Amino acid sequence: MIYQGKQKIWSDYQKEIPDDHWYYVRSCIRQNFFPGSERMFLEICKDVLGKDFYENEHHTTCGGIAYHCDTIPQETAMTIVARQFALMTEAGYENYVASCITSFGNYTEILETWNEFPELETRIREMLWKACRKEFNKPKYLAHSSDLIYKYRNEIAEKAAFRLVNKKTGEPLRVVEHIGCHYAKMFPSKGVGGAEYPYVLAGMIDAWGGEVIDYPERRHCCGYGFRQYHVKANRGYSLSNTHKKFESMEPYKPDMIITNCPGCPYFLDRWQYVIAEMEGKTYGQNGFGIPVFTYEEVAGLVLGYDPWDLGLQLHQVAVEPLLDKIGIEYSPEDKYKGLNKKDIMRPELPAGIKCF
Amino acid sequence: MKEIVVIIGGGIAGLEAASQLLKLGYSPIIIEKEDHLGGKVANWHKLFPDMTPAKDIVDELIASSKDSNIFLNTEISFINRLQDSYNIKLSNGISIMTKYILCTTGFRLFEAEKKEEYGYGIYNQVITNGDLEHWFNTGKDERIENSSMQAIGFVHCVGSRDEKARNSQCSKVCCITAIKQAIELKEKFPDAQIYCFYMDLRLFGKKFEDFYIKAQKDYGIHFIRGRVSEVSENIEGKVIVKAEDTLAGKPIKVTLDLLVLMSGMVCNPDTHKMAGMMALQVDSDGFLKSHDNVFHITSSTKKGIFYAGACTGPKTVPETLAEARSAVLDIHSQIISGQ
Repeated sequence: MIYQGKQKIWSDYQKEIPDDHWYYVRSCIRQNFFPGSERMFLEICKDVLGKDFYENEHHTTCGGIAYHCDTIPQETAMTIVARQFALMTEAGYENYVASCITSFGNYTEILETWNEFPELETRIREMLWKACRKEFNKPKYLAHSSDLIYKYRNEIAEKAAFRLVNKKTGEPLRVVEHIGCHYAKMFPSKGVGGAEYPYVLAGMIDAWGGEVIDYPERRHCCGYGFRQYHVKANRGYSLSNTHKKFESMEPYKPDMIITNCPGCPYFLDRWQYVIAEMEGKTYGQNGFGIPVFTYEEVAGLVLGYDPWDLGLQLHQVAVEPLLDKIGIEYSPEDKYKGLNKKDIMRPELPAGIKCF
Repeated sequence: MKEIVVIIGGGIAGLEAASQLLKLGYSPIIIEKEDHLGGKVANWHKLFPDMTPAKDIVDELIASSKDSNIFLNTEISFINRLQDSYNIKLSNGISIMTKYILCTTGFRLFEAEKKEEYGYGIYNQVITNGDLEHWFNTGKDERIENSSMQAIGFVHCVGSRDEKARNSQCSKVCCITAIKQAIELKEKFPDAQIYCFYMDLRLFGKKFEDFYIKAQKDYGIHFIRGRVSEVSENIEGKVIVKAEDTLAGKPIKVTLDLLVLMSGMVCNPDTHKMAGMMALQVDSDGFLKSHDNVFHITSSTKKGIFYAGACTGPKTVPETLAEARSAVLDIHSQIISGQ
């Protein structure tokens, strides 16, 4: 591996990311999968770093899943997005940041399509007006929320309580970064670092003390893929994709995985349980799996937040061995206690993969 | 007084033209920016399809053009067009007045790192056709020396016939060069499995098809019709190539000790600089635009300015030499007709 070669590519794919004043839109599914992540993003940006981030309860899905599953036509997806932009315009913002990778890809695709076919944009404006009497400005800047954490990575590092380092040995943790397919594969110039060697998560890992692992199936889909998982008959294919990735990363002995997509952390996490049940195989040490995190969760851990406030008890793969390795303190008794110490009940533990 | 003809570029086209001009009694002046003559061919090892040593060809051309005025390590500072001639100022301070300029500025290899998915400049065991020729000539390349060389791959059409790379033209010589290089490697590493990934094979030249058949029958080289989708590196530092075998209709994945990217021929950027000085037309493929592509390939649209070799598009060595002779004949005709 020639690190300087990657640095050259990274320098070619730097995007302009304004420092402040963003209109934030959530993902449809992230709050169910990893409920602490979006809340932590806003808390870091607004409370820790003092930035202006605004969200509006009236925003909806971007229509991305339906669009990619061919259940709605492109014009419908565009009109939904036009309404989101109208909400941003009404709120007085010009910078638009999406929590979801597919939304980010969807917005990027739509804006590029409108650039190429202005008559289509005109038609969508007419459709939006007819549907809900709204008008919109296109965002001046469009970002994915991982772009923002990348932008703030050094500020987060300055405030960090922990680094991605093995407390006992002092060695950097070995971190797999997994980028959502819709981040830059469609429009390489819109992603930090491009499509082939993205830097958006690698930059965070570098800044927070970890070591990035580049393994053969790094670019491969996590296995979610709407037409793989959402079509029931294709779920075996979804699992085989994930299995392929873990088999490929196994020799590198990763300590953890960081992702920036709604589906990726879910499937990389949950399918480890399924693989353990089906094959009797685990990829972490001593019968554990490899813990999978969203970048907001990792930022929260680095900043010293309580792991259970970050929602890490909802992970399938146990995170405790990694917390111990970094030296993050936690209360095992509080793992399954919710807000105001309310008991949220303990799940049944699987047989094939070690969990707490 | 002997007519002066300025030849810009001391590659094989420039040398052959100088040699022919000398025979006709003219005074050729060769301007070469590098410190040696022979251009890209001087860096090549053997030439297809007869495995002729490239050095023999270059040495012969240098010997036959040695009576020319030759400026090495010299660039064109500027060119002024006068009423019926050109004033050329060189980087060494010398000015030359001439009525006839022959552009033989050649090509450069496509920068393979632009095809990011192939990993040149990222993965150690990915090299280019140019790197491989350098190793054939010098025997020095740690990437090859430190490898077991049991499996080797070639990717055809790297940066040519590629809209994304903004080079839609066929580079013409890469198919046959890949076959030549695969045979040379097989001779050095007889136990190696060698795979060529191609879109289609364009083997138009004399004996090219025979060479291709020989590569399969006598050397056991595997030809796989399909584009490589991505290249990665495993924990042992070997290269993993994913491609589609479009004849078998299956995706394939192979682990290789070395991957050679067949970088295509693209126009030399210095040619564009020179074209700007003389207001020469550049074609849609980035190469210099000939007066027309049938009768007057060696003529520009400017009086007294001629072309030969790969400055107008990808060409083989024999084509380049033939074009150099043709350009000299055009210049000679123009001189004797007093135009």
